[in-house]
Parts: sequence; C-alpha cells; structure tokens
Amino acid sequence: MATEPQNVEKLMRGEYRHGFITDIESDTVPPGLNEDVIRLISAKKNEPAFMLEWRLKAYRHWLGMQEPLWAHVKHPPIDYQAISYYSAPKSKRNAPKSLAEVDPKLLETYEKLGVPLHERAKLAGVAVDAVFDSVSVATTFRKKLAEAGVIFCPFSEAVKEHPALVEKYLGSVVPYSDNFFATLNSAVFSDGSFVFVPKGVRCPMELSTYFRINAANTGQFERTLIVAEEGAYVSYLEGCTAPMRDENQLHAAVVELIALEGAQIKYSTVQNWYPGDENGVGGIYNFVTKRGDCRGANSRISWTQVETGSAITWKYPSVLLKGDNSIGEFYSVAVANHYQQADTGTKMIHIGKNTRSTIVSKGISAGHGQNSYRGLVKMLAGAEHARNYTQCDSLLMSNRCGAHTFPYMEVRNPTAKVEHEATTSKISDDQLFYCRSRGVSTEDAVNMIVSGFCKDVFKELPMEFAVEAQRLLAVTLEGAVG
Amino acid sequence: MLSIKNLHAKVEGRDILKGLDLEVQAGEVHAIMGPNGSGKSTLVHILAGRDGYEVTAGSVSYLGKDLLSMVPEERAHAGVFLAFQYPVEIPGVNNVYLLKAAYNAIRKHRGEEQLDAMDFLAMVKAKMQFMEIDPSFLNRAVNEGFSGGEKKRNEILQMLVLEPKLALLDETDSGLDIDALKVVAKGINRLRSPERAMVMVTHYQRLLDYIEPDLVHVLAGGRILKSGDKNLALELERRGYDWVLAEAAA
Repeated sequence: MATEPQNVEKLMRGEYRHGFITDIESDTVPPGLNEDVIRLISAKKNEPAFMLEWRLKAYRHWLGMQEPLWAHVKHPPIDYQAISYYSAPKSKRNAPKSLAEVDPKLLETYEKLGVPLHERAKLAGVAVDAVFDSVSVATTFRKKLAEAGVIFCPFSEAVKEHPALVEKYLGSVVPYSDNFFATLNSAVFSDGSFVFVPKGVRCPMELSTYFRINAANTGQFERTLIVAEEGAYVSYLEGCTAPMRDENQLHAAVVELIALEGAQIKYSTVQNWYPGDENGVGGIYNFVTKRGDCRGANSRISWTQVETGSAITWKYPSVLLKGDNSIGEFYSVAVANHYQQADTGTKMIHIGKNTRSTIVSKGISAGHGQNSYRGLVKMLAGAEHARNYTQCDSLLMSNRCGAHTFPYMEVRNPTAKVEHEATTSKISDDQLFYCRSRGVSTEDAVNMIVSGFCKDVFKELPMEFAVEAQRLLAVTLEGAVG
Repeated sequence: MLSIKNLHAKVEGRDILKGLDLEVQAGEVHAIMGPNGSGKSTLVHILAGRDGYEVTAGSVSYLGKDLLSMVPEERAHAGVFLAFQYPVEIPGVNNVYLLKAAYNAIRKHRGEEQLDAMDFLAMVKAKMQFMEIDPSFLNRAVNEGFSGGEKKRNEILQMLVLEPKLALLDETDSGLDIDALKVVAKGINRLRSPERAMVMVTHYQRLLDYIEPDLVHVLAGGRILKSGDKNLALELERRGYDWVLAEAAA
C-alpha cells in the first residue's frame, strides 16, 4: 500500500523565492542611533530645516518611549544601536535622473522580482516607484501622471520639491509621537513614496511601490504619504521582498492616507518579506503603522493586505472616520507558516455620523505559525447611526499552529451598531483525501481550499495583483513540488 | 478488472483484514455485507488509497496494474471512485469548482481535451436534474450544510459526472429515507454497464431491492467467508450472520 504520508504538513515546506542578494556597492551609515546620525541622514538628503527639526523632535520623544509588549508575539530584545539606519546603493553622482542612470544591477534585481519597470510597466498600466534599501530608485510614468496633475515621487524628492504639501500633511494622521515604532520611523525614515491627487482628479493608473531590503544589518524605515483632495480617486499597491539572511532585520514603516471630502483611496499591500527559514532563523520584523484619515464627508479608505512574509508582523492599518457618511474598509489575508508570528488587524474609529466600516480578516496558520487578529472598533459619542461589520475567520493547517482573535469594541453612541462574526476551521487530511480520491492532486486541493477561504479578500485586489497574490499564496504554502 | 489476493491489513496496529480474496469482473455488481467491524469500510478505503492503513501482505491488481503502489489521485485518474459513507465538507470551495477540477484532471490524464465551463455546466445540470438535486447546489460549498441525503446524492452525482470504471460505494444507503434511496439507486443503476464494475458495502438488503447484485459476499473477521447470488442477501436478512460464522468455523 502506498503509505506516503501526503498530509497537510508536508505541503508547508514552501521555499522563499526572492531570497537572492544583489551584489552592489552601497553607502551605509555605521550602526547606531544618535542625533548626529539623524543630522547625517537629513544632510545626505538635502532636507529643508523643518524636516530635520521634525526628525529631532521625534528622536527626543522616542528616547523616552518603551517598546510595546502587548502584541501576541515573541522575539529576543532588539538592539537599536546595532542597526544601520541608512543604506543606499552607491552611485557616482547623486540620485539617478532617469532609468538610464540607474545601476543595471538594480534593474536586474527588480526584473527578478517581477517589478514592471520599463515597457512592462506600460503594458501593465502601472506606475512603479521602487525603493531599494533606503532610497527610491526609479519612478516610472511620472510624465503621464504629471499631465493629470498627480504627483507620484520618492518621498525625499517631495520634501525638496513640494515642501509645503509635505509640511502640511506629514504627521497629520500618524503624529511623530504616535507609538514607539512610528516615532522611530519619524526620526530616521529614509525614503518612501509621496502621492498627491488634486481635487476632482481620478488617478489615470494604478500606482505601485516595490520595497526591497538588500543590505545586511540595515533597517528599512520608509514613509508613505498619500493625499487625495476633494473628489479625487487613487488606487495604490505596495509589494515587498527581502533576501534570505540568518539575522533578523527590522522594518518599521509608516503610511499615512488622507482623504478629503468625497475622495477615495484604495491601498493594497502584498507583503512578502523574508519570513525566516523553516526553523525560525532570520526573517524580517515588520512593525508597521498604517493609518488613513477620512477627513472629509463621504470619503472612503480601503486597506487590502495579503501578508505572507516576515518573521513577525505587527500591523494594524486603521481608518479614522471623521467625515460624516465616510467609509472605512479592511480586507486582510495573513499567513503564518513555520515559526512566523502575525499580530495584525485594524482599528476603525467612528467619529462622524452615519460612518460605516467593514472588516474582513482571514488568518491562515501552518507549521508552528501563530496568527492573531487584533481589532478595535470604536464608536464615539457623535457617531450617530454608525455601523460596523466584522468577519474574522481562521484556517488551521497543522496541529502545532495557533489562531487567536482579540476583538475590542467600544461603543459610546446608542444608535451605533456593531456586528462581529468569527469562525475557525482546519484543513484536514480527510478533506485532502476526499479531493484526491476525485483525481485532484494534494497541492491543487490545498490551493483550492485556501483560495476559497481567501476569496472575499482577493476580490478586493486590483485584478493583476489578485492573480499575483493567489500565486504567492500557493508558493508560500507549497511543499512537495519544486 | 479487480483482483484482490490474500490481503492483510492493519489499522493502528490492529489486524483488520486477514487474507481477503476477491475477484471482480467488468460488468459485475458485488455487494459486500457483514457484521460491524468486519473490515468492510477498511477494504474500500484501502482500495481508494486512504492513509492510515498498513498492508502487511497480499496484492491488489486493477486492470493489470498494482493498485496499492498508486497514490489516490492516480487511482482516480485510472477510473477508481469511492462514494464516501461520510462525505467531507469543504467550506469555501464551490461544489461545481471541485467537480470541474476533478473532471478535467481525469480527462487530462486520459489525454482528452478539457471541457469549457459552459459545456461542463450544461452537462452537470442535466445530471443534477436526473439526481433531483436543487439548482442552489451550484452556488454552495462542497457538502457544507448538506443534509445526509443531499450528501449521498452529491456523491452519486460526482460519480455520474466522473464516470468511473470501478465504483466503490461505502454504505451509500445509510441514513437515507426511502425516497432518497430510490433516487440514489436510480443514479447507481444508470452507471451499470458491461465495461464498469461496482463494489457496494451495505448493511441492509433494502438497497439490493433497487440495485440487483450479481454476487453477494459475507465479510467477517477480515475475510470473505461466503459468497453467493442475490438470494444470499435475502437469507442474511432473514437469519443474520451467525450461521455463516458457524459454518465457516466448522
């Protein structure tokens, strides 16, 4: 009898496909953090005075802060003095002015990653900003976007070219004093993307940023700021990868979204940072603060995330529903395989009247993975007739993994309505045998079950990325083949 | 078509099958009856390739091939089908989606073209109608929230769509009311053909009122103790199993 133990767990030995290291000369600041390092970062970027002041304010505040311990994750203490806070690929002159000036090795890296630079970008209709370690390498399609009045550029460039906009909106959603990691980011952030969509403009294409950590012992602290003025619309996608390294690397990003009256921002993430190996060695610590501000009436902010990577994910993309009738959405698929730990969820803060929020969270746990959903739904006193619907599902793929749900609800308005539904299920060997006895291979069966589980989230992703996300998920959870 | 010789098997260290022999020719319908715990379900699960059974001796040849060396999906591709006693629920996966994946996997194996979605759906709908399955089935997840009767009907629908060469039916009649039993029997009879064989595990004669077997076997203590025609089933219904056991012991 064929006693090949073709069970679920065997499938979980998928390998990381983006684990190559690009051999490129880089300009890296020695490890350690003090005011001089911050001044150095600011000077390297030729920043205006307000920016340096803001960084220093954040740094001084950070010195008095404690790393938060409430998340359901475990890791050895992080030595913040052992991290290098700035690393940039070395170029002979300053930043490249066009794609032709970008180091071909960098372009090769992005090609391996499947980032659609060059013509491929045109075909895909996606404008891409690529952030390699700490600096933004190339932004495609800027001309076409500029014609529509849309600004899409590296953050460091926005600081220089649109200082008034940056000064007005930076820190207005996530203040420099917000939390330990966001404050650290405020002090040392190196680059990221800046998007400004003026009043009444519908951004003519999907915008996209690819982040990559390459250098060893560096942290990546990017900062993204997206502003959609009255009636504007923008859809933005970020993708993330990192090489395989034995040591853990820190990634502490901040994303701020601002939607004015009637504006809509769709923010999608496919996060595939290196998760560590199957014994839990190495991997990215992903401590990210993402928050959207529905500042105007009838505005709408949607977060969609597919989180397959990172050793630890600590991330709660949130929406402040200030404007009346504004809408906040959070759609999430989070995978914790091997020894990965994910503590992720959202906060929906209902402030305005008739505000609505939807939360759909799908957690997949495999191997020794620990997956926690942590969500806060808060209805303030003025949130007349506000509504929230939360659906929180967990899928278990082994006997050693864990799924946890921490929903918090605070309702201060009697007309507000909050609904919460939760399920936990397990892919069983019985389900797999059932599919196999019908002629469907184990891997196809697992993919089928996982895709079915994630369906409600994938349908929120832009089409081409939904396909990518599905593939990524299949790779993350694959084992026997390849 | 199927030749089982001296099959011995263990489950969790316990001997369940102890030298089972069975020959099934194309075109035949075999009924396997026997007391609880005699190894009936074990037999069909081993034939379908389920994990957790240790074959310690014997052989199973199917269409000239060593069945036991094949993984479950290979067996399915080669035309083996198991209708489960307890069909499994798979939330989030649409019934039709699984059925189409299975159908196309089997066609691919045979070197046939994949059927496109429209043609496939038309074919499934016709078979659903035959099995008196509600159209809402198309939008539901695999067996999720199905009643016992619906699950059994779904098994037979899958069988009608996949058109196996060797159908293994594990207590397909259990938990069915008389109307559902008739529908399920109708589906099974529809597939009877000179190229196809069936092995039905059942506790009750009543299924055999609707599906007339060519051969009836009594499986007890891990071996086939007695074989006969349909009249053996009637006799078992009347007299129980003790006399067979006594006869075998003598």
